[in-house]
Amino acid sequence: MTPRWRWWFLGALFLAVVIAGIYLPILRRNIRQAAKLQQRSEEQARRELTQPTVINPSDPRVKSKLFWASGADDGTVSAVTVELPLSSDPVLRSKQVLNTLLAGPVDIELRTLPPDAALLAFYLPPDGTAIADFSEALATSIPSGIESEQMAVDSITKTLEANVPQVRRLKILIHGQEVETLAGHLDLSQSFLVNANAAPRPRAAGTPGPALVPPALTPAAAAVKLTAPARKR
Amino acid sequence: MLLDVGRFVQNKVMRKFLAALFVFALPFAALSGTALSFRAQAGARAAPQQTSPAPTPAQPASAPTGSDAQTAVTPPRAGLNIVVLDPAHGGTDLGARGTGGIHESDIVLEFAAQVRTALESQGFQVVQTRQGNANPSFDDRSAMANAQRGAIFVTLHIASTGVPGTARVYTMNDLAPAADATGLIPWDRAQGPFVSLSRKLGDQVQALLAQRFKGSPATAQTASVRQLRTTAAPAIAVEISSVTVEDRAQLDHMAPGVADAIARGAAAFRPSYVVPVNPGERP
Repeated sequence: MTPRWRWWFLGALFLAVVIAGIYLPILRRNIRQAAKLQQRSEEQARRELTQPTVINPSDPRVKSKLFWASGADDGTVSAVTVELPLSSDPVLRSKQVLNTLLAGPVDIELRTLPPDAALLAFYLPPDGTAIADFSEALATSIPSGIESEQMAVDSITKTLEANVPQVRRLKILIHGQEVETLAGHLDLSQSFLVNANAAPRPRAAGTPGPALVPPALTPAAAAVKLTAPARKR
Repeated sequence: MLLDVGRFVQNKVMRKFLAALFVFALPFAALSGTALSFRAQAGARAAPQQTSPAPTPAQPASAPTGSDAQTAVTPPRAGLNIVVLDPAHGGTDLGARGTGGIHESDIVLEFAAQVRTALESQGFQVVQTRQGNANPSFDDRSAMANAQRGAIFVTLHIASTGVPGTARVYTMNDLAPAADATGLIPWDRAQGPFVSLSRKLGDQVQALLAQRFKGSPATAQTASVRQLRTTAAPAIAVEISSVTVEDRAQLDHMAPGVADAIARGAAAFRPSYVVPVNPGERP
């Protein structure tokens, strides 16, 4: 190899090292990001898609009652009046009050719902039986027990009762699924009474006729007789 | 003839045979005699049990005696006489968990043993939904109560909240009546017809718990407890606070008081419960 070619070869080698020095950190960063995306759970991805309903400041400010633990250590919840800009649309309004409820009170000791729980979806069919879909954290992070689970459901149903008169009953889903209990005690297979006197909402033009009712609420599901063999959990 | 015998004995071979017979036969005869005399003595001891005592006005002559015969002849007590006791959770379901490694499923099983003893002392027959670390389904536990006639159902829980050292009784919320042409109770709403009876039982147990454990409520509360919904009998859930205690002994000290309150509450409830004729029938 002539001295000239030797210089060319060393120059090319030096250039390759410089390019590799610049490119390798970028490549490493991209690999890390890809690994993070793979590790991200389905629920996290879903939460990104279903961003909490942002309170619109242009909505009229309303004195709304939110129910958190009373602090009397007797398993009851009590109302705290908060002035919030709330939408007139019952679905949007329900999402707004439930997200504020999930955000928690000023005194964290009075919290009734786990801080990492999120409202994933909320539906309100014309028959008034609302469906609230919460993230798995509602079931996994809540303190297990009849008292704590009843307080969690009470705070949700009473908050809806006080702020969204169109909701007649409430069915709670966990991550899109119907579950038997919240955390081993409280029955979630049935719907909860919210406003017994709520009037059915007028059906919008083009909406399907039959109301959307979860399977467990249909009369057929309740027709299991005592004479039938017991179902397995 | 005698000569013949003498000659027979004098024979050398026959003498050895007779000697051997004597050596072996004597211990055998002794053993047989002992066995016969022992059997005779045993028969003499057993004889008084087989004879019927003289009839008394309180006991008809035809009534047999002995513990087995007593249970067969005594007519079953009308009304409530069975308690189905349910230590909640079990198996892989540990229930509430405390920071000190306390598991609800373990503690309720130990509580159940004391509650069972207290109930039996009040004359109740106790059926337990689980004895060890099993985890029957909610429906399997309810089925044990629904198969009984004249039973009440008590499910035991330890909370992870509440003031430590207090106890609460829960009964089911009102269940909407299900229209049913056959008159059978729908499984999913089996507790429906028993809600008012459950509240009565719950209030009686809760009042006794409140006397024993200061800070406990005076009356039973209502909650939508899954285990109670499918139970076709007066049914209560007793929840004790809590697994968050630093020392497990605090919970262990509560067990006798809880057991006594449940047993005395069930006994006080007994006269007011008119048991349905058939299992699953409305009260």
